[in-house]
Amino acid sequence: MTPRDLTMSEAARVAGARVDLLLIAEMVRPGSRVLDVGSGDGELLELLATTRGCDARGIELSREGVNAGVARGLPIIQGDADVDLADYPDNSFDYVILSQTIQATRRPKWVLEQMLRVGTHAIVSFPNFGFWRMRLDLLLNGRMPSTENLPYSWHDTPNIHFCTIRDFVALVEEVGAQIDRAAALNGYGHPVRFNLPWAVWNLLGEQAVFLLSRKG
Amino acid sequence: MSDSTALRDLPAYEAARGEADHPHSAVARFGADTPLPLDAGGVLTPFQIAYQTYGTLNAARSNAILLCHALSGDQHAANVHPVTGKPGWWETLVGPGKPIDTERFFVIASNVLGGCLGTTGPSSTNPATGQPYGLDLPVVTIRDMVRAQAMLIDHLGIEKLLAVVGGSMGGMQVLQWAASYPERVFAAMPIATAARHSAQNIAFHEVGRQAVMADPEWRGGRYLQEGTSPRRGLSVARMAAHITYMSDSSLHRKFGRRLQDRDGHTFSFDADFQVESYLRHQGEAFVDRFDANSYLYVTRAMDYFDLAADYGGVLANAFKGSKTRFCLVSFTSDWLFTTADSRAIVHALNASGAQVSFAEIESDKGHDSFLLDEPEFSAITRGFIDAAARAVGAL
Repeated sequence: MTPRDLTMSEAARVAGARVDLLLIAEMVRPGSRVLDVGSGDGELLELLATTRGCDARGIELSREGVNAGVARGLPIIQGDADVDLADYPDNSFDYVILSQTIQATRRPKWVLEQMLRVGTHAIVSFPNFGFWRMRLDLLLNGRMPSTENLPYSWHDTPNIHFCTIRDFVALVEEVGAQIDRAAALNGYGHPVRFNLPWAVWNLLGEQAVFLLSRKG
Repeated sequence: MSDSTALRDLPAYEAARGEADHPHSAVARFGADTPLPLDAGGVLTPFQIAYQTYGTLNAARSNAILLCHALSGDQHAANVHPVTGKPGWWETLVGPGKPIDTERFFVIASNVLGGCLGTTGPSSTNPATGQPYGLDLPVVTIRDMVRAQAMLIDHLGIEKLLAVVGGSMGGMQVLQWAASYPERVFAAMPIATAARHSAQNIAFHEVGRQAVMADPEWRGGRYLQEGTSPRRGLSVARMAAHITYMSDSSLHRKFGRRLQDRDGHTFSFDADFQVESYLRHQGEAFVDRFDANSYLYVTRAMDYFDLAADYGGVLANAFKGSKTRFCLVSFTSDWLFTTADSRAIVHALNASGAQVSFAEIESDKGHDSFLLDEPEFSAITRGFIDAAARAVGAL
């Protein structure tokens, strides 16, 4: 990560944007075409449009999210990523983004494959279940971890497919994609800055962001 | 209102009939030098379009919004109706400070071709005979309606519309506008509509038309000349159609099995139930303001609508390379134009790469939801229109 990127992060953090979204925005080439899958009410779409000059569009499952976003003038479609990604033509976007959503999809592998078909690049951010605090929670309390970012109890959660950073890297290999960039955020929301082995990232990263592309 | 002398015993209807040639609206007249080509073949000439405008066109001519009305609508979207005296059909959405804000936008609403409120239709006087057209008017299509509207927009000196907005049959016109004139539409908002009329919907329309034509007073479509009016037939058509605009739950909530001004069943075929009384009233009120032959023509236009068919059967091709931005809206309880119908359009727009928003609004009020005060729908309309206006610098 370049110092200039961090300056932008710090500046925008003051403005209230989520750090993981800023990390994603920094991975997106200015002026590109972006599809945000699971766009919520469009926070990332707005960030990409205003700071990166992107043509950014969203798909969101929840009616509330869609309606709030469209009411703010953002192009969002009410739809289900697990089904609707199939309707997009090949290479119709430069980036397809899945931000904090992969763990809530029914078919994470299929979704990732579709993202890499529809987009030249895919960006995926997710909460890391290998984060040391999660491990400690399970070890000491013997109950499914619940954190500030993931407050749901096991039986009442939209997050049905949690994974760790290492699990995700394995999935990336399985679908035959390549990792162009990766970043992890520690428990304080700061980037884990040094190029450490995956095992360390897997322990220190509370969230991870990956920029992927098709191999070859 | 001088050419309906045979109808003096039907004052409300006469008022409506009078609107056909001399409406309480601005009228754009298109003479022999500007004929309207029709899908049925040949041209319509001369013809006229009755329209209302609200607000002021800005100097850049970039703030014009065209409203397209539904089957039973007209150009009186945001003013008191000259025949019924009731508020405009879209005053929930259109007016000063409303989502389609007439203080900021120049809003145009025109009566469709084949209509009966001043645009050339079957109740208009055929200049060749001096008599009402009746069934001598060629059958018109949604594309014909839009072609005529484009001539009106030319007439008003507007090159590009900021937005075209409409629900139901109005939504069909919006889709046709985006397909036929992509470079003239910056933003398109098709609401509670479909890219083609379904078999079920054609079937409902056929019931309505048969009801009209089965009325002996219809006289083979020559009722105006013969001084009659197929009131019963048109009223039954409207009653049947009105059911399709509502939902089971909204009818239940409004009427349940409650009785109309009586304590028990009369063991007769009177309107015992409130819902019967309501439907009869809807039928009666409609007949006062709508022409029976127009009902045939306009329902037919909807039946013929199949946008993909004009583009090799692939709907996405209708929007290929389109720069228009779209916002589609459906309502959960609308069983006439379902969410699936809107989704099919969204899929096609995605496939063509167009910028599209799509929201499904939760409402139990059925198809008519788009005419009612639905706060989420209003907020979405405002957001979409404002974003479009910002993008073209019209705000």
